[in-house]
Amino acid sequence: MSEINVVVATDCGSTTTKAILIEKQGDLYRQTYRGEAPTTVEAPFEDVTRGVLNSIQEVEELSGRRILDGERVITPASGDEGVDIYISTSSAGGGLQMMVAGVVQSMTGESAQRCALGAGAIVMDVLAANDKRLPHEKIERIRQLRPDMVLVSGGTDGGTVSHVVELAEFIAAADPKPRFGSTFELPVIFAGNADAAPEIEKTLGATTALTVTENIRPVLERENLGPARQVIHDLFLEHVMAQAPGYQKLIEWTGAPIMPTPGAVGEIMQTIARRQGINVIGVDIGGATTDVFSVFDQLFNRTVSANLGMSYSISNVLAAAGIENVTRWVPFAIDEADLRDRIKNKMIRPTTIPQLLEELQIEHAIAREALRLAFVQHRELAVGLKGVQSERTLSDAFDQTATGESLIQMMQLDLLVGSGGVLSHAPSRNQAAALLIDAFQPEGVTRLAVDSIFMMPHLGVLSTVSEQAATDVFARDCLIYLGTCVAPVHAEKAGSACATYEVALPDGTHQGELKAGGLHQLPLATGETAGLTIRPVRGVDAGAGPGQELKIPVHGGVAGLIIDARGRPLQFAADAGARTDQIAAWTRALNLYGD
Amino acid sequence: MAHAYTPGLRVSSHATVRKLRRLPLKGEVAVSLGDAVTRDQVAARTELPGNVTSVNLVNKLGCTPAELANYMLVKEGEPVTAGAPIAETRPLIKWFKTVVDAPVTGTLESVSSVTGQVILREPPNPVEVLAFVDGQVVEVMEEEGVTIETEGAYIQGIFGVGGETWGKLRLLVDRPSDAVTADRIPGDCAGEILAGGSLIEHAAIEKARQAGAKGIIGGGIRDQDLRDLLGYDLGVAITGTEKIGLTLIVTEGFGSIAMAHKTFEILEGCAGSEASISGATQIRAGVMRPEIIVPAATGGSEHGEGGGADAGLSLGRQLRAIRAPYFGRIGRVSDLPAELRQVESGAQVRVLEVEFEDGEQAVVPRANVELIEE
Repeated sequence: MSEINVVVATDCGSTTTKAILIEKQGDLYRQTYRGEAPTTVEAPFEDVTRGVLNSIQEVEELSGRRILDGERVITPASGDEGVDIYISTSSAGGGLQMMVAGVVQSMTGESAQRCALGAGAIVMDVLAANDKRLPHEKIERIRQLRPDMVLVSGGTDGGTVSHVVELAEFIAAADPKPRFGSTFELPVIFAGNADAAPEIEKTLGATTALTVTENIRPVLERENLGPARQVIHDLFLEHVMAQAPGYQKLIEWTGAPIMPTPGAVGEIMQTIARRQGINVIGVDIGGATTDVFSVFDQLFNRTVSANLGMSYSISNVLAAAGIENVTRWVPFAIDEADLRDRIKNKMIRPTTIPQLLEELQIEHAIAREALRLAFVQHRELAVGLKGVQSERTLSDAFDQTATGESLIQMMQLDLLVGSGGVLSHAPSRNQAAALLIDAFQPEGVTRLAVDSIFMMPHLGVLSTVSEQAATDVFARDCLIYLGTCVAPVHAEKAGSACATYEVALPDGTHQGELKAGGLHQLPLATGETAGLTIRPVRGVDAGAGPGQELKIPVHGGVAGLIIDARGRPLQFAADAGARTDQIAAWTRALNLYGD
Repeated sequence: MAHAYTPGLRVSSHATVRKLRRLPLKGEVAVSLGDAVTRDQVAARTELPGNVTSVNLVNKLGCTPAELANYMLVKEGEPVTAGAPIAETRPLIKWFKTVVDAPVTGTLESVSSVTGQVILREPPNPVEVLAFVDGQVVEVMEEEGVTIETEGAYIQGIFGVGGETWGKLRLLVDRPSDAVTADRIPGDCAGEILAGGSLIEHAAIEKARQAGAKGIIGGGIRDQDLRDLLGYDLGVAITGTEKIGLTLIVTEGFGSIAMAHKTFEILEGCAGSEASISGATQIRAGVMRPEIIVPAATGGSEHGEGGGADAGLSLGRQLRAIRAPYFGRIGRVSDLPAELRQVESGAQVRVLEVEFEDGEQAVVPRANVELIEE
């Protein structure tokens, strides 16, 4: 491909299609203009390209660059006309919905789940030989779900054949129908024991669109998710997208394969983690679902909590978290019945926004719980491979993760990125920072950011054609840095001394004693860095080990430097009145809602 | 964005209503284009594949999967009867013979030489899609379903539970602000659709259910009561399949809210007529709201299908506030400032100015109003 200087990218979401323009200015790529329009997958339009054209037209109007010639994207760019490439992601129509199967639930079942999630799918169910459901229950379940695609794994190479074939037999017996298009065959991917492939072909070949690819778990000690993920992406385009209204046309317009939106976000997160050598967690909290992405030591994981969100699923957050967990974040007393009705009213009128401060505070309380629960689910899946023999020490035996070591080490986390309306459009950036800190409880030194206009999907697909362009824009235009959170890990009693600190800020050196339970905000603007020295007392870990002094440069942002001495995990006052005072004190410390 | 406000729910005394009646799988359409149909008439039917039962014969017969074919008494595709043998061993001594009977009646679908598993399929389950409303077939999709058109009153609720049903509409109260209390539920309401004004109380639902009412309509319901009614906390607004004995529709929301005057007036005008209602709600992209359809023998057409409040916001348009602090109040647009304004929560949003029915002026985010059709 010739040099890329101008790119237009769209992300076709369930409700909004967002277009951005990226242009090379000197040696750097920058995101310059953006436009948006309602997505037009549903009636009366039933053609996704209408929304795409409308969003690009808005970019044209703002930028003065002519991009469209009627219904055609002008390529390549020449002067003030056209772009070098048009790319797109899509999550319209509910995204990619998959069912996965594996022989042992905690081994190949989990690998299959990670594979599908990483490719950007919502996993509707995990079928396994040992999932404790009777055969007819499994068959009934497969039939009820109408997935876009099924991934069957199971058996290491040379391992069990019969159990894998049994799974295929259940699928064949259920004869599942795809969600879209009643005439085409359901795509099934087999990525299990190579020895079972001929039998799988015999069982499923005639009734499904079967693709056989490399085993996702060729040996117990290793996952091989790449080839199956690639097949998922290919089939997503060939089968699922091709059935959605207008996508045939869109596929022809794009210069690179259309990716499922979360798959593209995963791409950019991995690219950034690799190029900068950092560990990253990203979260996208939407109206219906919350996606969590993590890259620790180059190992990528994604989970989607299909029923945790801030509008369509808001009531489910309450059901899943329990009313006490929601109200514990509210800095004033509230009647339970009233809260329940308010939440249900948001569910049935999902596009409304809080006009009153107390309504905003309630939404922020719910957001903390949605984020917290989504992260709990992520931690459960982002684990090392189970079923691998390893030597265990006595200390391992006390670890909560009895099998499959957690990959999420909060002390090793470098960057926490949030996106989605409640974080990106919070009236104050301090509120976004507080939501991220309270829900994820980062440990040690962690940089915080929000993706203000949810540009990560566009950059993910861009990274597949120009890694340079994607990383340039990510670093300069995508993220709004909120600042840095410094959180010594301790379980000290509130009020007891847990560390001293010294920080050389642009306005002078600040130093002081940190008392357990305290929360402090220091000014440190975007682009500024400051040298921080923190000397924890014995048993308290600020990042260099228990009781060890930490010296580290910290980066600023719109919310500055936040020193969180509240301990991990956060401790709430048992008494309701004292808890309300406690939350009110935290709220004041970060000046979350003004006076 | 084109829509900074929530398009209003459709509420019309005379509308042309088109209902798509589609089969879950391909099947047979039972009516013809132009036919007049009644609500309980079968419009289309199909057969869902029967339930599947698997039997692991290898374990029962004590043979290998590869040997299984030799012991089968029934071939793939042949019928089986519950209790009749499907496989047996042939030992030299007859006493040691093992026989396996079919656990269900149906067809032997497959015999696996890899797993030793035999799949039996029960006879197909017939599924019928009824017309749901009295009307005329205006479109036939071969093997898939039909569209039925009717003229009459059409009201979209905001939320409902329970599926499609029909019955004579009976108004229980005099004013839209009157709650639906248990003492207002008549004992002789079996088979009827009951409509009230504001809050539907839990005791009223219970009494209506016991009396055999088919449905109940009101302005609002308390979430706590909904939870008691369903037996669980509803997490996502995807409803319509609940088996709670009747169909419940609220037109305004959760809590005690008076029904909009226009909705109440239409229901009042339709009292005594046969109504078809559905509580099915789906609040996602492709939103589906509960419906009340009262077909009329005659009547003009005021709005076509999809004739929502799409004329957009303009000065003087009637609207309803749909979020605190003005939740449920009705007024008219008095100004549409173009610039963003800061509201109490601190957010900078697009707003409109509204004059409520009592003359009070207020500034409300455009996202927090719903247009009312006039």
